[in-house]
Amino acid sequence: MNKNEDHIEFYNKLKQAGILSPEQEEIIKRELEGKTEPSYDIIIPVLSDVFPGLYDKDDFEILMQMTVPDMKALSNLKTLDELLEHDKQREADGFPRRIRIGRLIKPSKDDKGKVVIVPTTTEPKFYHDESVKDDEEDATGGSGEGEEGDVIGEQQAQPKKGEGEGQGAGEGEGAEHDISSDAFDLGKVLTEQFQLPNLRNKGAKRSFTKYTYDLTDRNRGFGQVLDKKATLRKIVETNILLGRIKQDKDFSGEDLLLSPQDHVYRILSKEKDFEAQAIVFFLRDYSGSMEGKPTEVVSTQHLLVYSWLMYQYSNNVETRFIVHDTQAKEVPDFYTYYKSKVAGGTRVAPAFGLVNKIVEEEQLVKDYNIYVFHGTDGDDWDNEGTELIDEIKNMLAYSSRVGITVAKNTWGVNKESTTVEKNINKSGLLKERPDLIRMDSFNADEATESRIIEGIKKLID
Amino acid sequence: MELIDQHTKKIMEECKVRAQEAGLKFEKETLEYIVTNKDMIELSPKMMIPTLYDYWVNDVEVLKKQGAYKLYPSNPYETVINSRPAISFYNDNNPDWLNIMIFYHVLGHIDFFQNNVLFEKTWDYDFVGQALADKRLIENLRSEYGRWVDYVIEFSRCIDNITGYFNELSIHSFPKEINPSERIAYYFDVFLQEIVKLPLHEMYKEVERFNELIQQNKDVGESMFFSEIKTKYPEFQAKFEKYIQKQEEKPVDLMEFIRDNSSFLKKENNNWMKSVMNIVRNTALYVQPQIRTKIINEGWASYWHDKLFRTDKRIAGFESSYARINAGVTSINRIGLNPYAIGLRLIQYIEEMANKGKMSFEFQQIYDIEKRKSYNKNTGSGIDAIFELRKKFSDFTLINTFVTQDFVDRYDLFVTGKRLDPARGIYVYYIKSRKAEDYKKMLLDSLYHPPKIEVVEGKTTEDNLYISHRFENKQLIQEFIGDTLVGTGYLWGGQVQLETTEIIRKKPAAGAKKTEYQYHRVLYTIKDRKITKKNL
Repeated sequence: MNKNEDHIEFYNKLKQAGILSPEQEEIIKRELEGKTEPSYDIIIPVLSDVFPGLYDKDDFEILMQMTVPDMKALSNLKTLDELLEHDKQREADGFPRRIRIGRLIKPSKDDKGKVVIVPTTTEPKFYHDESVKDDEEDATGGSGEGEEGDVIGEQQAQPKKGEGEGQGAGEGEGAEHDISSDAFDLGKVLTEQFQLPNLRNKGAKRSFTKYTYDLTDRNRGFGQVLDKKATLRKIVETNILLGRIKQDKDFSGEDLLLSPQDHVYRILSKEKDFEAQAIVFFLRDYSGSMEGKPTEVVSTQHLLVYSWLMYQYSNNVETRFIVHDTQAKEVPDFYTYYKSKVAGGTRVAPAFGLVNKIVEEEQLVKDYNIYVFHGTDGDDWDNEGTELIDEIKNMLAYSSRVGITVAKNTWGVNKESTTVEKNINKSGLLKERPDLIRMDSFNADEATESRIIEGIKKLID
Repeated sequence: MELIDQHTKKIMEECKVRAQEAGLKFEKETLEYIVTNKDMIELSPKMMIPTLYDYWVNDVEVLKKQGAYKLYPSNPYETVINSRPAISFYNDNNPDWLNIMIFYHVLGHIDFFQNNVLFEKTWDYDFVGQALADKRLIENLRSEYGRWVDYVIEFSRCIDNITGYFNELSIHSFPKEINPSERIAYYFDVFLQEIVKLPLHEMYKEVERFNELIQQNKDVGESMFFSEIKTKYPEFQAKFEKYIQKQEEKPVDLMEFIRDNSSFLKKENNNWMKSVMNIVRNTALYVQPQIRTKIINEGWASYWHDKLFRTDKRIAGFESSYARINAGVTSINRIGLNPYAIGLRLIQYIEEMANKGKMSFEFQQIYDIEKRKSYNKNTGSGIDAIFELRKKFSDFTLINTFVTQDFVDRYDLFVTGKRLDPARGIYVYYIKSRKAEDYKKMLLDSLYHPPKIEVVEGKTTEDNLYISHRFENKQLIQEFIGDTLVGTGYLWGGQVQLETTEIIRKKPAAGAKKTEYQYHRVLYTIKDRKITKKNL
């Protein structure tokens, strides 16, 4: 509740300063009002998904208790490459691609928040859309005792974990690992299928985990490849010592003696490899206005960006996750990052400030390529955005790329241009440093997967 | 995939004898296979038909979120397929007693496939054999045309769920004898009234003359009548033939229309595409009856496995194991729908009604609840009634006819509703209604029902295919419209327009409780693979 008071105080301060436009005031009020109601999970359960429907059972299951194998994609794929080849050909033939990736499967039974990525497809047809209907109409069957109106069951509208401000550090590590194992593959797909650009490596660091094998060591007497130049040198050396080669006198090769130790060979040796490595900061607005589609879009896009970088840096990517409302804080893993929500206000600058602080304190500039991706619905209570621009300018001094995604709400008051967009455009940074900072904005409701991937291209190309 | 062993086959044959004695009718030969998990993975995308054509989508995970039935034309896991001979699939470690029960269940399905009129069009041929021939044809075409074969399959499949199944069925099975002679009907209903415009009193005279002739000469009266007309109206015959020709043009579905009228497909080089379209269309039509009889078919099979297995002496010693399995089949969910249980209850309910003589006009006129309860004529015609049901009913007609208040009360059924409790952040499920009409509506709404999309011939030209979606309070899944139209446009070889209705959900204003909905008729146009949309 403290926090709410903070918000109101901040709001009053802004109001007194008189820098708020009427539209902005409306947005802020809306967010503050949102506080009175708890927020619910993005997904409204459709009854037929929760309870068995008419077509969910079959004889195998019901008569033979035969659990039909889960059709996990990779088990029956031809090969991923073939599939992608096929899909690439489609585009060349002028048809839309059909292989889709990056499904986020949300928290399941064990509450672990597993993120699974599978290549999937749909068969487009004209289907009835069951989801767009009055909530009241949604009904299923039932039987047994009870009067009309009696309650016969309850279901949590939102999974308990990840509720509120993502306090669960405990579930952290496992959840993060869940994505990274798949992320490399996904990144490969993204790079190849969607022709996302390859990166220029900057700043390589000696890796402690990766080795390369090369014929770099020399060995006398035996080995894999004879180093002729070194061997000749050795022979000359030996024969000088033996007095068979004298200064200023000619000699013939036939007179020289050959010691077995004179053969110099190259042999394989293990070398620590030099590798580029990256650190990515994912920043996300988690205020009330992000509820629903914008969160979904931003999280999906960030997951895809992360996967792409994992591939580009052959798994040498570290991630940091930061969420912000009027203040910014770091969260331990992607799952918490994705699930966190709070109904509060929005200030963007602190998030960028926190990144700058972390980079400075941990001396990250020396060893890492640094990427910063920020997702927002474009809302910012700082109308002027001077603080934000300062932070971004500091950031551009060291980062490889700053990418800002604006996933606009449909109800957004500033349909044309959101506060964040306005401020960034005004600063001129986009034009000055197109190699370092990019921004992409679209309506969250209209963001299909291909639009999201298109957005990634805009951010990193 | 291998055949069941001789021992198990013998058990099956014994089951067949008992099933036939009980009145089930099916062809003598059947094939039973053991399937492994791997077989299942391969077979399920092919609707368990081993010979179905190969298609790349079967190699990828198909998103099932939107409800498996919306995406597949049929339940991917059928135990029995409607082939000649009927093929059924089994787990390899079923104990004998369980196999006996399952065989009875399977025989119930086979009997249903081979006698229910919705399947009438599948009776003349073996689909598995047909599918094999189709598969070979597709393979041949692939070697010649490569990936373009897969595009044609894909684009045909885009519209294979809106094929005119009932059109086909009615052309095939509509009993023509219930109409009067077409010539008579035309003469009196159309020719005299619309072409000659005969005054009413002369019409009556003409009718009288006809009736007299027929009474006097039962067999040749009609031809005598028309021989006179030939001299009176020499143009009659020609007009009639023209009319008949027009009448005989059967209604066509979108796929047929494209196949027969697309200028792109008419090109000689593209002729092969039509055979691919036919294969896709026939496959889709083949599974239609199955999907429309899930409840009645499972109910029927469950009725018979229960009846036959409980009276089979081989049940001895396994009664309790059977009871456990059967409870899973026939228990009605506290919340949710079980087609086995609903189907079985309806069949048992109808059998009982018929046995008591309640399937009569006399019974229907009784409103006194006590009298209705005690009404019993002991007709013993229950078994005939359910065989008639198995012959003539589908899920829709079964539910629409027999889900009555008596039925709903008898089995304590109700409609479950859902509402949000905002204070506690939970969804609450509650008993919404125990009224038969609500329960019936809920069931009917849950049935498989693809959208109705037809060609509007008046607005269709050689360059422009105009199709219209009949709005039934559900919009089309918008995400798919574009891609589906791309496919349709490819096959049509020109511009395609789709008229449909969209529901706009208005974000409730702060404070307002109810979400508002608006309906807009819109027109999608695809031209050169670019899609545009405008409000109508």
